[in-house]
Amino acid sequence: MFWSTLLMALQEIRRNALRSFLTMLGMVIGVGAVITLVSVGQGTTAQVTADIAKMGKNLVMVFPGSGHRRSGTAASAPPFRNEDSVALAAVQGVEAIAPLAAGNLLVVYGNKNESTQVMGTTTAYLGIREYAVEQGRMFSVSEEHAGRPVCVIGATTREDLFGSQDPIGESIRIQRLSCQVIGVLASKGQSAGGQDQDKVVLMPLLTFQRRVAGTPDVSSFFVTAADEIDTSRVISGIASVLRERRRIASGATDDFTVRDTAEIAQAVTAATSSMTALLGAIAAVSLIVGGIGIMNIMLVSVTERTREIGIRIAIGALGREVMLQFLVESVVLSVLGGLIGVLFGVLGAYGVSRGLSMPFVVSPETILLAFVVSALIGVVFGYLPARKAARLEPIEALRHE
Amino acid sequence: MAAPSATGQVPLIQLAGLTKHYGKGESLVRALDGIDLIVQDGEFVAVMGASGSGKSTCMNLLGFLDAPTGGRQFFRGVDVSTLDGDQRALLRRNFIGFVFQGFNLLARSTARENVELPLVYRRMAASERRHLSARALQRVGLSDRGHHLPSELSGGQQQRVAIARALVTTPSLLLADEPTGNLDSRTSAEIMDLLVHLNRDEGITIVMVTHEPDMARYARRVVEFRDGRIVSDHPGEGAH
Ligand SMILES: Nc1ncnc2c1ncn2[C@@H]1O[C@H](COP(=O)(O)OP(=O)(O)O)[C@@H](O)[C@H]1O
Ligand SMILES: [Mg+2]
Repeated sequence: MFWSTLLMALQEIRRNALRSFLTMLGMVIGVGAVITLVSVGQGTTAQVTADIAKMGKNLVMVFPGSGHRRSGTAASAPPFRNEDSVALAAVQGVEAIAPLAAGNLLVVYGNKNESTQVMGTTTAYLGIREYAVEQGRMFSVSEEHAGRPVCVIGATTREDLFGSQDPIGESIRIQRLSCQVIGVLASKGQSAGGQDQDKVVLMPLLTFQRRVAGTPDVSSFFVTAADEIDTSRVISGIASVLRERRRIASGATDDFTVRDTAEIAQAVTAATSSMTALLGAIAAVSLIVGGIGIMNIMLVSVTERTREIGIRIAIGALGREVMLQFLVESVVLSVLGGLIGVLFGVLGAYGVSRGLSMPFVVSPETILLAFVVSALIGVVFGYLPARKAARLEPIEALRHE
Repeated sequence: MAAPSATGQVPLIQLAGLTKHYGKGESLVRALDGIDLIVQDGEFVAVMGASGSGKSTCMNLLGFLDAPTGGRQFFRGVDVSTLDGDQRALLRRNFIGFVFQGFNLLARSTARENVELPLVYRRMAASERRHLSARALQRVGLSDRGHHLPSELSGGQQQRVAIARALVTTPSLLLADEPTGNLDSRTSAEIMDLLVHLNRDEGITIVMVTHEPDMARYARRVVEFRDGRIVSDHPGEGAH
């Protein structure tokens, strides 16, 4: 009985091919829009998460000032000192630590100059941020201790200043410092914040402090937390050492910030997920419109086919059999529309991800959900017309012209 | 249980004081105003009467298409006066073949599909449906028209498809409400010959409405309606 009802529904849909197609269009657009938008949202989340992961594994950052490092309080809080680095290295769970003194400065080579993030740090920085040296070498520990004027440049800086020329052995000028290029970093791409991580110049911390900044300040620490220890314990360990060293009275708030990438990732993921949900919800409205379209056409169909329904009932069809026939018809319409919509949605998501060079993410859950929702829409919006058909009185229906 | 007839046989149909009213108050119509009727298995009854005398109303009740207002209706001795819609649908499905004046075929289905329709609702397998529908079409002489749509058939052929659809389930009772009403006299005669054959040679009980005395001649019993009552009940010429 179910198969013959399904067959009947398919026949009916084929008989009114154009009308059925137009009816399905609402579902096609609705499901397609939901899938495309949700996929784009999920792609964005995936990309941002990947970008954050690229910053470094188990990365913990320490900045002066409470709250975000770019907020105004950073200026008033005292900077760190080189000795803090030694104390923090002893905190349990700190696997590696790199102090950082940095500034956005003009870097000059020949007649070219570029505003670049110039960082004084230690050799540990490379491993912590997962930079690789592509050409030449990193400065050595002895160069670091001696404060030699040597530097390693990022891929973008190399491109901007040297073009196709070999930069190794050349000297670049940063303010009054003339600095020899000894290495080039492999490209890392954009950071989660959209910054070019390849537009950098690295030099020994001492070199930067003495010959560029002119102060012994350290602006931040980058720490790799050990795998086997809970990162939140490492964070609180760092905080308690710093509170002691900076003489913060108990009860007073920290004048520094310690945060890890997981925390940042969480915040960003929460933001992009709610954006995904919003996009999905907007698209879902068109699904409801699609459902109303189906209900409309099914009501017309029931009226048009009153006589047919009368004949079926007169011949012995039960109310629920007539009801099933019309419900199956509307479900087949909506599911067919939904399937076509899934197809277009996936294509759309692929197109967008290509266009914006984002990861292409289509979760099977989304597709399954779209499928279930379109079937549900068929049932919900087909119910009223189907009940109307099932309740027809045979004699009156037969008399209908 | 209805009282057995004089012969001790439970009648196929027994109506006792059956009434059917339409409307209310001022506009009340007593379409059937107390009908008593017994029909035994194997009879061929013609129902006659002026237009509006209640013939169709009575047929609709006999075919379980409608429920009576009052009185009692028995089918094979079972009281069927107060059944709900689905119960009546089951009776129609299992015991009744109905031939309508206007054919009432599904316009977009072929003759064979139309004939198979009652079998679909009996949940019969496709192969069996095909076999039975082919036989029913053969009985009405339309073996070669199974794949035609109703619109591709003449009026007489359409009515024969409708008869095949009524027969395909081998019903206990074949009801026909003015089956020749829309047909010319030659085609009408063909249809009547077919009904007589089904009644005489296959033992199918038939109740047929007609307002044409020519057609009533084929029946073995003629019942006449006037103003919702039976005014005469006598053997017809078909009895000879
Ligand atoms: N659905 C209905 N509503 C109101 N009156 C009806 C209805 N059906 C039939 N009637 C009335 O009942 C009477 C009998 O009708 P009907 O049985 O169709 O007569 P016949 O078939 O003998 O011409 C008529 O007066 C008709 O107007
Ligand atoms: Mg009539």
